[in-house]
Amino acid sequence: MSPILTISGLHKSFGKVEVLKGIDLTMQQGDVVSLIGSSGSGKTTLLRCVNLLEDFEQGSIELAGQSIGYKQDGGQRRRLSEREIARQRAMTGMAFQQFNLFPHMTAIRNVMLGLIKTKKMPKDEARAIAEKWLERVGMGQRRDHYPGQLSGGQQQRVAIARAIAMNPQIMLFDEVTSALDPELVAEVLAVVRDLANEGMTMLLVTHEMRFARDVSSKVVFMHQGRIHEEGTPEQIFGAPKTERLQGFLANSEF
Amino acid sequence: MNFSLFLTELWNARLSLLSGLGDTILISVASVILGSVLGVFVGLAMTYGAKWLRFIVRLYIDFLRGTPVFVLILACFYILSVVGLDLTAFQAGVLALTLFCSSHVGEIVRGALSAIPQGQTEAAKSVGLTFGQTFVYVLLPQALRQILPTWVNTATEIVKASTLLSIIGVVELLLATQQVISRTYLSLEFYLFAGFVYFLLNFVIEQAGRAVERRISIP
Repeated sequence: MSPILTISGLHKSFGKVEVLKGIDLTMQQGDVVSLIGSSGSGKTTLLRCVNLLEDFEQGSIELAGQSIGYKQDGGQRRRLSEREIARQRAMTGMAFQQFNLFPHMTAIRNVMLGLIKTKKMPKDEARAIAEKWLERVGMGQRRDHYPGQLSGGQQQRVAIARAIAMNPQIMLFDEVTSALDPELVAEVLAVVRDLANEGMTMLLVTHEMRFARDVSSKVVFMHQGRIHEEGTPEQIFGAPKTERLQGFLANSEF
Repeated sequence: MNFSLFLTELWNARLSLLSGLGDTILISVASVILGSVLGVFVGLAMTYGAKWLRFIVRLYIDFLRGTPVFVLILACFYILSVVGLDLTAFQAGVLALTLFCSSHVGEIVRGALSAIPQGQTEAAKSVGLTFGQTFVYVLLPQALRQILPTWVNTATEIVKASTLLSIIGVVELLLATQQVISRTYLSLEFYLFAGFVYFLLNFVIEQAGRAVERRISIP
């Protein structure tokens, strides 16, 4: 089976600071990969490169057989057109740390926007899909609420529904519980866990080590812009090989 | 103050005063609409434009905001005719107020757009929206809500500034009033009356603005 996501030799700099120094990562359909590491290790940047919220200077990302963001044209590396990039972005779904729901739209409108504008669906069809996904994340009752009327956990669940309703090849989760009060974390993690159990391909940046251990098929520990150690959750959490990872885990809460 | 005499003269002058009021409203509405459209582009250029464009637009805004409206009106009326652009006093006045309005609206729009968190754009992109769609469906609706109170304020400023057009001979409400006064010598009464009408105009604008604000406010 060919991999759904192939990242090879990825380099990314902010000005003079190189934050990703050559990342190689492959994911198969249905894989759940957790990126862990201290802040500044580059894990969020890596995630944002996959859906082109960040440009990258070197290397390539291939998603479902398509080269993401750039093409090779007679030995030249060219950025794709804005329209093409917008289309590719819709192949990935992203949930953000700060939810980023559109505050002037109700929950269901938030979910419908991409379906109507990007996928050009008729309103009725978009509404049906949005209702289905809001139901699935337990937000069916609140579909006509505005984000300001929802708790953080509820907002995040709507945001996840908004991303997944687009039927992406892969879901990206960027520290989706970091901005939540402790008592709201569980409801969001339950939604993510459900999606994982159903075979959704997911790449997630998380600080919830216990959660990463439970849901992941693979865990990747990043340090200073490189993949420092990777393996199954049992290997990473049970028998960390490198000193850095041992130190990182010792300082993390379980 | 002779109240019944004033009422009689007011009745006699009703047509010229009404025509002055009509001009005041026409000038204000035209300047606010034209100035706002231009201002949105100014704000867009300030927020998303290339560096050189931002620099030019910044100069434009600072120059217009740093110049008294009065000077702007005189400049549009006298200087433009020197370079061969013959505008009527009315047109020159509307042009001056439009420019004045656009610099204010431009600044407001820029502020509102830059106050929207970056995450909104990113979320819109991540569901595949293009820049144009992101602007129309995500950024603009949020910016407009924020702009509204300041924009209404700008509109009332324009109504007040329209009185300055009397200097270049546009017979708007103030000049119409002055003409009645020169005929009747009832200066106190008619100035009070004109002041009251201006107050009423702006009061209506502000109340309308508040009503719209309530309607579109996000829960």
